Amino acid sequence: MMRPAGLALERAPPIAVPLRFFLTAPVFLLAAGVVLVWNGPEALASRAAPAALAATHFVTLGFMTMVMAGAMLQMLPVLAGAPVPQVATAAALIHAGLTVGTAALGGGFLLGRPLLLKVAAWVLGATVLVLVLAAAAALARAAVRNATTRGMSLGVAGLVVTVALGLVLAATYAWGVPLANLAARALHPAWGLLGWAGLLVAAVAFQVVPMFQMTPRYPDAMTRWFTAAAFGVLIAWSLAAWYAAASPVELVLGLALAVGYGAFAGTTLVLQRRRRRRVRDATTAFWQLGMACAAAACAGWAVRLVVPGELAALEVAIGVLALAGFAVSVIDGMLYKIVPFLAWFHLQAEVGAKRAPHMKKILGDRPQLVHLAVHAAAVALLVIAVAWPEPLARIAGLALALAALILFRNLIVAARRHRADAGQGSDPGLPAAHRRAS
Amino acid sequence: MSRIAETMARDHAACDERFGDAEAAAAAGDLPRAGEALAAFAAALERHLGVEEDALFPAFERRTGMADGPTEMMRIEHGEMRELVRSLGAALDAGDAAEFLGLADTLNVLMQQHNLKEEQVLYALLDEALGDEADALLAALVSK
Repeated sequence: MMRPAGLALERAPPIAVPLRFFLTAPVFLLAAGVVLVWNGPEALASRAAPAALAATHFVTLGFMTMVMAGAMLQMLPVLAGAPVPQVATAAALIHAGLTVGTAALGGGFLLGRPLLLKVAAWVLGATVLVLVLAAAAALARAAVRNATTRGMSLGVAGLVVTVALGLVLAATYAWGVPLANLAARALHPAWGLLGWAGLLVAAVAFQVVPMFQMTPRYPDAMTRWFTAAAFGVLIAWSLAAWYAAASPVELVLGLALAVGYGAFAGTTLVLQRRRRRRVRDATTAFWQLGMACAAAACAGWAVRLVVPGELAALEVAIGVLALAGFAVSVIDGMLYKIVPFLAWFHLQAEVGAKRAPHMKKILGDRPQLVHLAVHAAAVALLVIAVAWPEPLARIAGLALALAALILFRNLIVAARRHRADAGQGSDPGLPAAHRRAS
Repeated sequence: MSRIAETMARDHAACDERFGDAEAAAAAGDLPRAGEALAAFAAALERHLGVEEDALFPAFERRTGMADGPTEMMRIEHGEMRELVRSLGAALDAGDAAEFLGLADTLNVLMQQHNLKEEQVLYALLDEALGDEADALLAALVSK
């Protein structure tokens, strides 16, 4: 039904709202690289090693969730046709909470300090609550329901489950509460990757890949059913893992998830091979790398489900492929469209479309492709380092840190370009669009 | 009822095809062919924007009484697109393929985020408000 008050295609939030998230994220990626360099092979020995837990959460919370939260606050008003209430305040709270909470969590793991883990649990729990309330408020007032907002809702629900499971684990680490169920150790990362990151990426990809890269559309059955079906199977698999661990039901449902997400990644790769836009483009290459790693991670997970016993190295390899290979690559690719576009968009509202430098003048192809090469090398080194940690773990960490620094530099260049030009070029005679500038 | 949404989304894709031709030709260094494709794209784009600005938007504004709501913001973005299309022509005239490709990338992001807003939100509202007169309003697109 139409609700004119909620109609706000124009109400994109001020550029500072998403930018602070995007510019903080590389710092946490750098921190993950430094943890690998500092701790070396120990960080890749097992996914439960303190250094591995610290590095993992720097990537998942400090980088992935940081960017995804910023992008959601930016996109939600636009795609739902409804503003996020008090968006500047909500953004400041969420950004501060994620920054402080992630630093405390990583520090708690590295230093073995339960107090820091307690602080992290409280801060991150509260932060996610604010994010969920902000998103829910906008979605509740949405002018229309569409596939993207549905997918986003499920993704946010996935985040809630991830954090709830994380708090169960934190109760064990920080407060010494006996773990209610061993399954929580497997469910927490699965919900973070498949629920939160996977569903949000899929919901966005169904729209963004065909439109921005001019590929054929995803099969109708996939766009219509994937997010809802994946969410449903994820719940069923979780219940099986919790109440019927190592049962055939758990195995079959787990395999269904691996096959389903693998099919999504494979479909995306096939569509991208058939894209109409043939120009060289870092974003497309980042997405291809990300989807290939997602498919490999799904294959690895399927093997892990079928083969019983200790397989610490395979588990670490799956994590490396899913985090550095899939999530970081896809997010890097998105950032290289979002940040230069936001800079251009706000610039042209200030100085007029004719005088605003286009996106490739704001950030050229070359620095993006340099980053792509270093990032791809870091992913490859990380995967090989799982099998050959001495001396590769530290070298891989160094490559990851370098990739983070290049990303940070590139985003700063784009963000400063927006400010420098806007500062010197205000032209009062130029367009009506000026009133939209923030 | 999704007559407007379906027709207009299909026309977005048709415009994209021509845009893709122009960009691919410029990327291959064939500027004359890029010029022809750009002209075809500009014509398709104008026809699409015309249907919105001359038929759909005014009818929507009459029905709902919202003159400076979402339709006004879409018009502003249409103006920005036209400006970039003019700059694309100027880049071709200057024989500057790199400039053309940078502008084309910018136009593509602007155009696609605009289309996303229309396809995900606005067209659904148009169908809801104007469903009964959709065929008449879309006549300029359908009977070409």
